[in-house]
Amino acid sequence: MFGLDKKDSTLLLIVALLTMLAPFIFNPFPTDSGLAQFNAGYPDLMQRFVIFGIFAIGFNILFGLTGYLSFGHAAFLGVGSYSAVWMFKLLSMNIVPAILLSVVIAGLFALVIGFVSLRRTGIYFSILTLAFAQMSFALAYSVLTPLTNGETGLQLTLDDPRILGSSATADGSIPVTNLFGLEMRSAYDLVIGPWSFTFSAGYYVCAIVMLLSFYLAIRIFRSPFGMMLRAIKSNQQRLNYTGLNPKPYTLAAFVISGMYAGLAGGLMAAMDPLAGAERMQWTASGEVVLMTILGGAGTLIGPVLGAGAIKYMENIFSKINDNVLHGWFAFLPDGIEDAIVFIIHPFVGKGWHLTLGIIFMLVVTFLPGGLVEGGQRIARLFNRKKADDPKSASTEPAE
Amino acid sequence: MDAILLQILNGLDKGSAYALIALGLTLIFGTLGVVNFAHGALFMIGAFCSVTLQRILNISYETIDPTKTDFLGNPAKIKTPYVESWFGPEMGSSIIEWSVPLAILFAIPIMIGIGFIMERGLIKHFYKRPHADQILVTFGLAIVLQEVIKYYFGANPIQTPAPDALEGVAQLTSTIVYPIWRIVYFCFALVIIGAVFAFLQFTTFGMVVRAGMADRETVGLLGIDIDKRFTFMFGLAAAVAGLAGVMYGPINAPNYHMGMDFLVLSFVVVVVGGMGSLPGAVAAGFLLGILESFASMKEVITIVPGINQIIIYLVAIVILLTRPRGLMGRKGVME
Repeated sequence: MFGLDKKDSTLLLIVALLTMLAPFIFNPFPTDSGLAQFNAGYPDLMQRFVIFGIFAIGFNILFGLTGYLSFGHAAFLGVGSYSAVWMFKLLSMNIVPAILLSVVIAGLFALVIGFVSLRRTGIYFSILTLAFAQMSFALAYSVLTPLTNGETGLQLTLDDPRILGSSATADGSIPVTNLFGLEMRSAYDLVIGPWSFTFSAGYYVCAIVMLLSFYLAIRIFRSPFGMMLRAIKSNQQRLNYTGLNPKPYTLAAFVISGMYAGLAGGLMAAMDPLAGAERMQWTASGEVVLMTILGGAGTLIGPVLGAGAIKYMENIFSKINDNVLHGWFAFLPDGIEDAIVFIIHPFVGKGWHLTLGIIFMLVVTFLPGGLVEGGQRIARLFNRKKADDPKSASTEPAE
Repeated sequence: MDAILLQILNGLDKGSAYALIALGLTLIFGTLGVVNFAHGALFMIGAFCSVTLQRILNISYETIDPTKTDFLGNPAKIKTPYVESWFGPEMGSSIIEWSVPLAILFAIPIMIGIGFIMERGLIKHFYKRPHADQILVTFGLAIVLQEVIKYYFGANPIQTPAPDALEGVAQLTSTIVYPIWRIVYFCFALVIIGAVFAFLQFTTFGMVVRAGMADRETVGLLGIDIDKRFTFMFGLAAAVAGLAGVMYGPINAPNYHMGMDFLVLSFVVVVVGGMGSLPGAVAAGFLLGILESFASMKEVITIVPGINQIIIYLVAIVILLTRPRGLMGRKGVME
């Protein structure tokens, strides 16, 4: 299917099903039940899942394939957001030109930064990208204020020109972003018994873009180009000795992943038309590193899983407070209940970063392949129990 | 002229914090070959050592003074710190006042202990792994340490004032006044840097460590347990970062993310100085500090707007591209 082999088509199909049915999958609990707060099926969060999924897929093309650890990828995301918002301000509220521009600008930006940074490898490369990203962040905050609107962030206003659209709607408000008339904010609520599912246009646009970029990533992984990138990761020196110049390949990978980040930034602005400098800060770059490693660097599905896991924790896990915990452990005797709540308390709610840090450390230490490797190990464990079939014992990496 | 002198002072002051953190980072990198992203967190923990000491010293008991009443009409409660009752009110209150300098003594054993635990418990297992893994795991550790501190001390900055005697400004020349504590910080940094270098240069222990930095394997073959000494050096590096944090408290009130703020800059300092080169780290720290403060002069900003924000990164990029080993890097180390 689409030039993929059987395994990859299955993977793509599964991801497609998951993303298309996400409003159902993430909303397993009835709206009035106590567990409803674990429902992640609201459009805002689902959009973030797929947008950061795109970001992480792109980052993985660089880090997972070539092994170059960039600590400045958020800069491209920020640039993408800014250019998309400018497009909304100047041209029209249609998201297509905005996203195209953000991809192109982020790509150019990545070309310049990559050209310079890729002259060094290892830790020096990380520091160079970090320095560039911090520079862009500092400039966006200070000198480039006419372009970025500094600390306030770039926002739409009523007196923007919007050549191809109207500056304001009939009732005098700022028009909403749309795809040829389909408003991003429009949503359809489906109520089945106690359940309520929201289908948002914005989410489905993001999800389709995510599927396309996922498909592209599979093609890159399976292409001769992807092979070259892996060769660079495994032994760059040997590659040099065989007379191949790795530079164009790494630069291409860097630009592609920068464009992915720009796409994510553009989509982010398309869903919510504002852009701020804090999206470019190095901690934001660190976040995408966390996502990719947590999910499994160098695997296809890993970054998406990692992005989903972290965004789920950030939004849902952080809502668990002491009352909820007391509710869960109410069946225990009072003393034990209080003790358990006391122990769990630092790790949930506002402390979710602590949990994230601990999980991340454990993953880096014991599961260098991330969640994907964890899944494979569990699968292997089950396969071993079946024993008779020797073939099933050798699982290949599910990239 | 005065403006230039003032900027040099500012630069030396900023530079001393950079230099101290970068010195610790380089000690760890040069001995153990580990890229430690948790070093900023050690700096922050140091700052919170002085917060802790301040709180410990302020533990008080309450007595009821029947002669006075508070605004509700109840007998007024008077809090007296135990320190004051043990050492007498005058001595006690001056102990509390001098809590930041005293925290130096308090922080050294704690930081060395934390360094030991970190090295033996975590970093040890990452010597054979790629640098990327070391960066990632220490980055995770930095997040964890930061969150633990946030959990116990809250998200707001906590003031750790300098003693009264060292607060205020000093009249350096007829026209230049400068905060005393910043001068103290600079001198303190010089003492610490001098002590570390003297320790490495003039003691047998330091000599073995330097030999191990140059050729670990041979030192091992000579029957010296170099790992044990390197572990101690990790503790020492942690202590240096911690002390830098303790003394930084009065300049900038400690908060839980101060480590992350300093981390990026100190890494830039280390690579500019040359990875694994101790003099390089110190020189680059002061150099970048001075450059930064000159770039933030009004005259410079009007010519090149925004330069004060990016000068350090700009210098780092130029140096990394033109001098692959940094300013003073040794040949063959991390090229």
